[in-house]
Amino acid sequence: MANKGWDEFEIGAMLRTFDGKIDDIAGTQQEDRAYSQSSSFTASVADWRIEKPIFNKDYCIDCQFCWIYCPDISIVSRDKKLVGVDMDHCKGCGICVEVCPTNPKSLLMFPEQAEEEAELANWPAKDEKEK
Amino acid sequence: MAFDKMELKDVEVWDGNFAAAQAMRQCQIDVVAAYPITPSTPIVEGYAKFQADNYVEGEYVMVESEHAAMSACIGAAAGGGRVATATSSQGFALMVETLYQASGMRLPIVLNVVNRALAAPLNVNGDHSDMYLGRDSGWIQFDAFSPQGAYDLNFIAFKVCEDHDIRLPAMVHQDGFMTSHTAQGVKTLSDDEGYNFVGVYKPMNDMLDFEHPVTHGVQTEEDWHFEHKARQHNDLMTKVFPKIQAAFDDFEKLSGRKYNIVEKYDMDDADVCVVCLGTSVETAREVATEMRAKGIKAGVVGIRVIRPFPFMQIQEALKDVKAVATLDRSSPNGAPGMLFNEVAGSLFNTDRKTLLSGYVYGLGGRDLTKVHLTDLYTELQANVDAGKITTPLQQFIGVRGPKLSFL
Repeated sequence: MANKGWDEFEIGAMLRTFDGKIDDIAGTQQEDRAYSQSSSFTASVADWRIEKPIFNKDYCIDCQFCWIYCPDISIVSRDKKLVGVDMDHCKGCGICVEVCPTNPKSLLMFPEQAEEEAELANWPAKDEKEK
Repeated sequence: MAFDKMELKDVEVWDGNFAAAQAMRQCQIDVVAAYPITPSTPIVEGYAKFQADNYVEGEYVMVESEHAAMSACIGAAAGGGRVATATSSQGFALMVETLYQASGMRLPIVLNVVNRALAAPLNVNGDHSDMYLGRDSGWIQFDAFSPQGAYDLNFIAFKVCEDHDIRLPAMVHQDGFMTSHTAQGVKTLSDDEGYNFVGVYKPMNDMLDFEHPVTHGVQTEEDWHFEHKARQHNDLMTKVFPKIQAAFDDFEKLSGRKYNIVEKYDMDDADVCVVCLGTSVETAREVATEMRAKGIKAGVVGIRVIRPFPFMQIQEALKDVKAVATLDRSSPNGAPGMLFNEVAGSLFNTDRKTLLSGYVYGLGGRDLTKVHLTDLYTELQANVDAGKITTPLQQFIGVRGPKLSFL
């Protein structure tokens, strides 16, 4: 693609998400779609991130707030249950953590180099409200 | 949703604005997103009334600025619709950023530009400042000299720009007030004739084709940007003129009205001629005829297509002329003038030693009178007789105070 000449592009700097026709896109999960080279789904932007969200399923109530609010569709939800974060496309903005309503939160931000298992083991306790 | 057809007389008395609005109605546009500005307001106002009266099937979107108007047009065109709007002057200036988006994304939008001066000082009258502002934006630019032209060129613009080999947006220019608000006889097409000429809109790479999803408006840096711009320029330079000529030919077959990329008047044996745009072409034709009665072989070259610039056609049209004047109706602000520069470029690598002088006129709606043009042709003939240019290369016509000239 990088070596294409000026007359080899489709006009309008238009990019195709799939090579050729796709059927039933709404009924096909992302991981089962044959994205083209020019789709941003095939490109990792993980190195944009300096902080990452870690998901703790023990506290998640599957309210889907994070899935709705994520600006990069990086919350992976299947059958209305949160299964994890797409770390190739998450840019570490922290919105999912901000909107998470559980106590303690089911998603928290950590430095990019943090170990997931260690952080899950040290997850904060429930925040008791003062009466 | 059914919509009504309109019965038109063979000749209607329309000003340029209403003629453009009628052409837009007959082309059955899917989306018009518009913001009003003098003197183009009656185009979109007239179109909105057609919509309110059920003569139009498409959507009419009221927006909060011209930038938003063109942005909405771009979205609708990327979505796969036939799209048009209108603007003038400051509104056009506000649109400029989005004009480059429209052409770079290869979206065939038709923009009626009713030419008006640019502030400051604020002025609502006609000159070509806005037209010149758009000349590097990658759009095709047609120029109407009369309400008839404003009507006809809308059909031609849709036909050319929506062609899948072209896919570039097009402006149809008319002079503010002189054309836009001056009612003249306009020969009409029936609704069916007009619509059949432009045909059913065929989308290309539209975003609403869910079986072929596409991304429009992508980012390209130094690795790809140049290639895309090269392709756009290539298509403007090599593909547009043949399609325009074919559309002009088809339109002549339909209506009997003949348009040319360069409109030559009495040029076969002309010694002197002016090159100009808009309503000035018609005035110059009248004066050229009068000059011939006085023994000066005068001609007129009116430019029908400003972008792409008809470089070779101008060269051909001027090949036997001895003295040429370019008439720029926009302040060059520190340069000889757009037409002067373009025509000079056309003539430079030829064997002919054409005497070329530039004139700046009509800013902010100042009249170009027959007396001005008579004097101008007389100066050109004096240049021919002397075998050299006897005046400064750049002169102002019609400005008060001591005669103003440069170069």
